[in-house]
Amino acid sequence: MTTSTPAPASRRIFAQATFETRAILRNGEQLLVTIILPAIVLVGLVATDVVSMDTGGLSRVDYVTPGVLALAVMATAFTSQAIATAFDRRNGVLRLLATTPLGRGGLVAGKVLGVLAVEVVQVLVLATTALLLGWSPDPSGLLPALVAVLLGTAAFTALALLIAGTMRAEGVLAVANLVLILLALGGGVIIPADHLPGALGPIVSALPSGALAEAMSAALVDGTFALGSLAILALWAAALSVLTARTFRWQ
Amino acid sequence: MSNPALVVRDLTKSYAGRPVVDRLSMEAHAGQVTAVLGPNGAGKTTTIECCEGLRTPDSGEIRVLGTDPAAEASAARARVGVMLQDGGLPSGARALEVLTHVSTMYARPRSVDDLVDRLGLAGFAGTTVRRLSGGQRQRLALAIAVVGRPELVFLDEPSAGLDPQSRRAVWDLVRELRDTGVAIVLTTHLMDEAENLADHVYVVDHGSVVAEGTTEQLLAGREQTIRVETSTGLDVASAASLLSQDTGSDWNAVEESPGVYLLHGEVTPAALLATTTWLVQADALAHRISTGQRTLEDVFLELTGRTLR
Repeated sequence: MTTSTPAPASRRIFAQATFETRAILRNGEQLLVTIILPAIVLVGLVATDVVSMDTGGLSRVDYVTPGVLALAVMATAFTSQAIATAFDRRNGVLRLLATTPLGRGGLVAGKVLGVLAVEVVQVLVLATTALLLGWSPDPSGLLPALVAVLLGTAAFTALALLIAGTMRAEGVLAVANLVLILLALGGGVIIPADHLPGALGPIVSALPSGALAEAMSAALVDGTFALGSLAILALWAAALSVLTARTFRWQ
Repeated sequence: MSNPALVVRDLTKSYAGRPVVDRLSMEAHAGQVTAVLGPNGAGKTTTIECCEGLRTPDSGEIRVLGTDPAAEASAARARVGVMLQDGGLPSGARALEVLTHVSTMYARPRSVDDLVDRLGLAGFAGTTVRRLSGGQRQRLALAIAVVGRPELVFLDEPSAGLDPQSRRAVWDLVRELRDTGVAIVLTTHLMDEAENLADHVYVVDHGSVVAEGTTEQLLAGREQTIRVETSTGLDVASAASLLSQDTGSDWNAVEESPGVYLLHGEVTPAALLATTTWLVQADALAHRISTGQRTLEDVFLELTGRTLR
């Protein structure tokens, strides 16, 4: 009998990422929250004036799109990933995959790559829609926007795994959707932190949602790195990762 | 014999201060089916999950193909196949897709088509996991456990909830794996599964091994059983003394459950006659009298004073 050997780590992780991406893009509720919801927000805010906005001299589409992209990152890295992981955990999927050559490390790596793959699809859909609506981002903002998306993804994926690894699946379903809506409305994503009343502004700027939206806005409107916001995101990502690694229960 | 595929020594594991596995020791060898037999809550699943690296023992030593399962090495995991009791299958994915996905984790997996054929998965290959019946999930989970050509396979209650035909397919595959030199460790609370499949049985109760051996060893002895179903509350002592006196050999008798009596001794025509004499004296009508060999169920009852279910 020959000894069974694992496939190379890169192939295992790529296979897991593909599997996760397909699972999300095929699930109706997941598509709703990751693609359709941000698209409705984008079109709704740009094409109608139901919500009045002080755009500071920018066109509505230029003003709104960075926040919508931040919302899309949160929907995928946080809401969608929290729900998917919570149900996989309840169904024993995490335990079974941990016994295959993929292992726990490969599983987390596959999930992160899967999130990034879904984000690529989101950006394609949302950026195309925004461009059709007249969006003209600063081309030099591409790199700072990419850095913001990566740091935001790290922070929100860690937050997703934090609640998915400690709460019941039904509880995660409720919390993950509720937190997304609260952060979208009051977390500095659609309405920038500095437009919020009183002491709320600085607090919201320090939230991962506010920091991500500010970093995206600085990148795509001004073409600059918002170093303060990026540092806040990096801190959140580090702190949440440590907390998640300490509390995550596989079963 | 070569080194055991699995060695467990003095494994202990408690949940919230309550010991679930208590100084349990066992071994499993290549080319053999090793059954861990016991009632629900005996600590079977916890033992297996410690061996799979899914739980950390409080104390004791485990060697899986010579390595510590807690080490999390992908090369070692490739040599071990696992079927969890709750399946561990992603509910939104299609059956064949999950099997194919797990197969890509291995450099030289078994043929997915062959497994689909062997375990009758074709009929639901395109069905999502959440729509599969319990038996279909079990068969899919077994296919996943063996797709990587493991040298050691852990099967937690492999035929729970299976119809007789599916169970035969599962048993056939397990025997074929054994014949190709795979070490198989399975937990079960089903007597006939242990009796039909296992080369070596560990009878487990309250987290400890209460008996072990080959099925033949466990069932050894000339002792046999006469089982009588009749009125409740009959005097078992008089049955034992009457049978011993009339047959010239030792008999003992218990009322296993109300109205069901087990008489243990050497079953002969004279013993059967003595049994009916006892019933006449007690003025009791038997609904059913049957004779038979000891079963693992009897062994378990003798060891623990309880039935398996």
